Amino acid sequence: MNGGRSATLTGAWRFASLASFRTEGFPLIATSILGVLIFVAVFADVLAPHDPEVGRLGERFRPPVWQQGGSEKFLLGTDHLGRDVLSRLIFGARISIVVGFTAVIFAGVLGTGLGILSGFLGGWVDQVVMRVTDAWLALPALTFAIFLAAVVGPSAMNIVIILGLAYWTRYARVIRGEVLSLKERDFVRLAIVAGCSKRTIMKRHILPNVLNSAIVLGTLMLGVVVVTEAALSFLGVGVPPPKPAWGLMLADGKKGMMAGYWWLTVLPGCCIMVMVLSANLLGDWLRVKLDPQLRQL
Amino acid sequence: MKRYIAKRVGFAAISLVLLSVTIFLLVRLTGDPTVLLVEPGASQADIEAIRVQFGLDRPLWVQYGHFVSSLVRGDLGHSFYYRTPVLDLYLSRLPHSLLLATAAMAFSLLIGIPTGIIAAVRVNRWWDSAGKVFALLGLSMPSFWIGLLMILFFSVYLGWLPSSGSGTAAHLVMPAFALGWYFAAAHMRLTRSSMLDVLGSEYVKLARLKGLPEALVIGKHAFKNALIPVLTLAGINLVIMVNVAVVVETVFAWPGIGRLLYEGISFRDFPVVQATVILNGAMVVIVSLLVDILYAVIDPRIRFAR
Amino acid sequence: MTAPPLLELRTLSTHYVSARGTRVVRAVDDVSLSLEAGSTLGIVGESGSGKTTLALTILRLLPPAARIMSGEILFEGEDLRTKSDVEMRRIRGRRIAMILQDPMASLNPLFTIGDQVAEPLRVHEGAGRGGAWSRAKELLKAVRISAPEARVREYPHQMSGGMRQRIVGAIAISCSPRLLIADEPTTSLDLTIQAQYLNLLRDLQRQYELALIFITHNLGIVAKMCDQVAVMYAGRLVEWGPVTHIFDAPAHPYTRALLESIPRMGDSRQRLTAIEGQPPDLAAPPPGCAFHPRCPQAMAQCREEAPPETALAPRHTVRCWLSVPVPAQSAPVR
Repeated sequence: MNGGRSATLTGAWRFASLASFRTEGFPLIATSILGVLIFVAVFADVLAPHDPEVGRLGERFRPPVWQQGGSEKFLLGTDHLGRDVLSRLIFGARISIVVGFTAVIFAGVLGTGLGILSGFLGGWVDQVVMRVTDAWLALPALTFAIFLAAVVGPSAMNIVIILGLAYWTRYARVIRGEVLSLKERDFVRLAIVAGCSKRTIMKRHILPNVLNSAIVLGTLMLGVVVVTEAALSFLGVGVPPPKPAWGLMLADGKKGMMAGYWWLTVLPGCCIMVMVLSANLLGDWLRVKLDPQLRQL
Repeated sequence: MKRYIAKRVGFAAISLVLLSVTIFLLVRLTGDPTVLLVEPGASQADIEAIRVQFGLDRPLWVQYGHFVSSLVRGDLGHSFYYRTPVLDLYLSRLPHSLLLATAAMAFSLLIGIPTGIIAAVRVNRWWDSAGKVFALLGLSMPSFWIGLLMILFFSVYLGWLPSSGSGTAAHLVMPAFALGWYFAAAHMRLTRSSMLDVLGSEYVKLARLKGLPEALVIGKHAFKNALIPVLTLAGINLVIMVNVAVVVETVFAWPGIGRLLYEGISFRDFPVVQATVILNGAMVVIVSLLVDILYAVIDPRIRFAR
Repeated sequence: MTAPPLLELRTLSTHYVSARGTRVVRAVDDVSLSLEAGSTLGIVGESGSGKTTLALTILRLLPPAARIMSGEILFEGEDLRTKSDVEMRRIRGRRIAMILQDPMASLNPLFTIGDQVAEPLRVHEGAGRGGAWSRAKELLKAVRISAPEARVREYPHQMSGGMRQRIVGAIAISCSPRLLIADEPTTSLDLTIQAQYLNLLRDLQRQYELALIFITHNLGIVAKMCDQVAVMYAGRLVEWGPVTHIFDAPAHPYTRALLESIPRMGDSRQRLTAIEGQPPDLAAPPPGCAFHPRCPQAMAQCREEAPPETALAPRHTVRCWLSVPVPAQSAPVR
């Protein structure tokens, strides 16, 4: 432990040491799945057998390879435009991963920053931020996101910003609470007495100690963000076609459902569920590991 | 108690004001609002008329004043598509959404609370593990996907239930289930942890020391205390349900305000979108306030605060 | 012929076993003592010495990880270890009652005082609502709470700390138990209220012919209230006997150290006497006598073997090699 810097060993650094991976309860499967998804997202161009956005009308509505009428060329079948479902799912992973992580980071930076400022500076800054947070929270994230998407128009870039704006309040509340209790700790008081500038204290003492909570929140939010993005795409105000967002695939799939083309509905949804489930499992484990006091999250 | 309520009312008022400001600013400041406020395919003359009507060339605060005064008057705009005042549209659809949300909430509580209590009382045994799996699945599956799967299974394959529309109980079953599933999991989790906290408390210990039968310890002393956070959450969740139901209503073509919002987006009917969002937000604020007040009445610690 | 004691513990042991069976904590180790009807026993010791576990063992309200390994709990002649759950429940609150340390936490915030005081009456004696309610008022009067008619309708958070502790006392005596166990009942009270409360307990004892067990770390209370005292260290009973004898001439070095560590007015010594060292880890206690690392009179034997229970008088026992009559004793090591 460093005597001069903040007295608390940040859980994040401790976590980075490999030893913690062997502790009991570590969700190996969940993390591996997330790893696989990230891998797929990065190497989508190489992994996907077909172009996800171009279809052949002669191959429409092919079922997966194990059903009658399926073909080995299209392992998981095709959609209403003859596009390969497997390739679309693979590129869809890229969209979900990129949008998910970016939005979470954006919301995290914004929310944590405001949480620290609000909690540490107190006074009218705190009041203003808190009132805004309350009012912002009054609008459920999905409704708010839909509204924003309707106003600025959907695009992959906008979605990230919209999701970030919809979810920063979750961070702000929790981080502010942490900062408030951190302020009472001795090492912070000492720093204040020693005459450190407010900015230095926030940067060197407060920030590393709230990183734990921010990380835990991030993993928990990942699932929520991915589902919201899927919902937005499903409604048509998320990632615009012809990009193969999983939510969009579900919307397309609905059209073929009545005719029994089940794979267009079941498969993209499974992907969403698997990703969210893994993120939730990892987040739960992190929450218990890094800071048991966060259990009320 | 009066002071508590007055404070809550004050906060609610501030939230409402901030809500209106936020919505107002978002529309006015992101690009050209005329694009949104004008019907698609309007002529230049129409555009000019809209400009004047909304005072779009006036300073922002004047526009805001105009905005708020129309809100207060109950004028939330006219739908391009339906050609009726949006408020009327909203109010006609609201009962359907409330019905759906109530059914879904009832389902989520009927499943969530008992399973949570059993999981807590039988902590770390089989039932608790099963409960944890159930909770995890419920929280990870998007509600609209559950809806789609149910349609696939119960309508397309089995032909038991209608896949869209409303009117009979059969129409309500699937949407309520799809919507309530996530919340059942959330309520189960909260009930379990709340119950565990209460079971470890001193007054439960004393209840056992008094020699009370276990059923009484859990059913009377633990239960009521454990329920408080759950019911508070449920109250808020009801309104959240109404909002989140957008997708479920769309999947099942359920004629509620969620579907209204979807129509507004699909048909580029901006007044509908804006008004729905404002009204939804206001509803959340007001219901939160009512839940707080209800809480004050139930919890004697607040009712008789010195 | 003297009547049999109200409560008799014979070689009672309670161990906590960890989930995988690897760690065993001997929270209560081979404790034997007895208590007459109407008399008062004080159990003293540092935190973690096993006092509360002993009380919970008597009532058989141990957490799942704890197990009574051996011994007998004889209450009014019957061994409580042989009782079923249903029978124990009828004993708790009715024949043996217990008061916990924190009265605010002991009372359920959502129910009225009257409801909580009347509850044992309704459960154990089948009293009806009206009857139980008026008995509750009488009980509040008995514990000297003013305006009981108003109080019965009020809630715990509206009462002061002293009042809450009395209410908990009222709950405890509601079914006229024979034995009342009080676990640090005055620790959370102001000093001025402590004395009042102790007087109240003594009066109640006389009125209801109650036997009292006082669990405390405060020797002053023991001196004032108790007929007998049991000193516990690391789960073992190191000395037990009449208060007057033990306070005059403590046989065990630990007891002696406890008594000496109380600051006294007019004491010419400059420094407070403290007992050196720390209480042991109950999962890995020192070999032999658990106190030997801190004992100023430790001998070689103390390190090797745990001392047996020696009777100095009919109802005075001690566990120390110094009190064991042996032909040849080794010279003190220190």
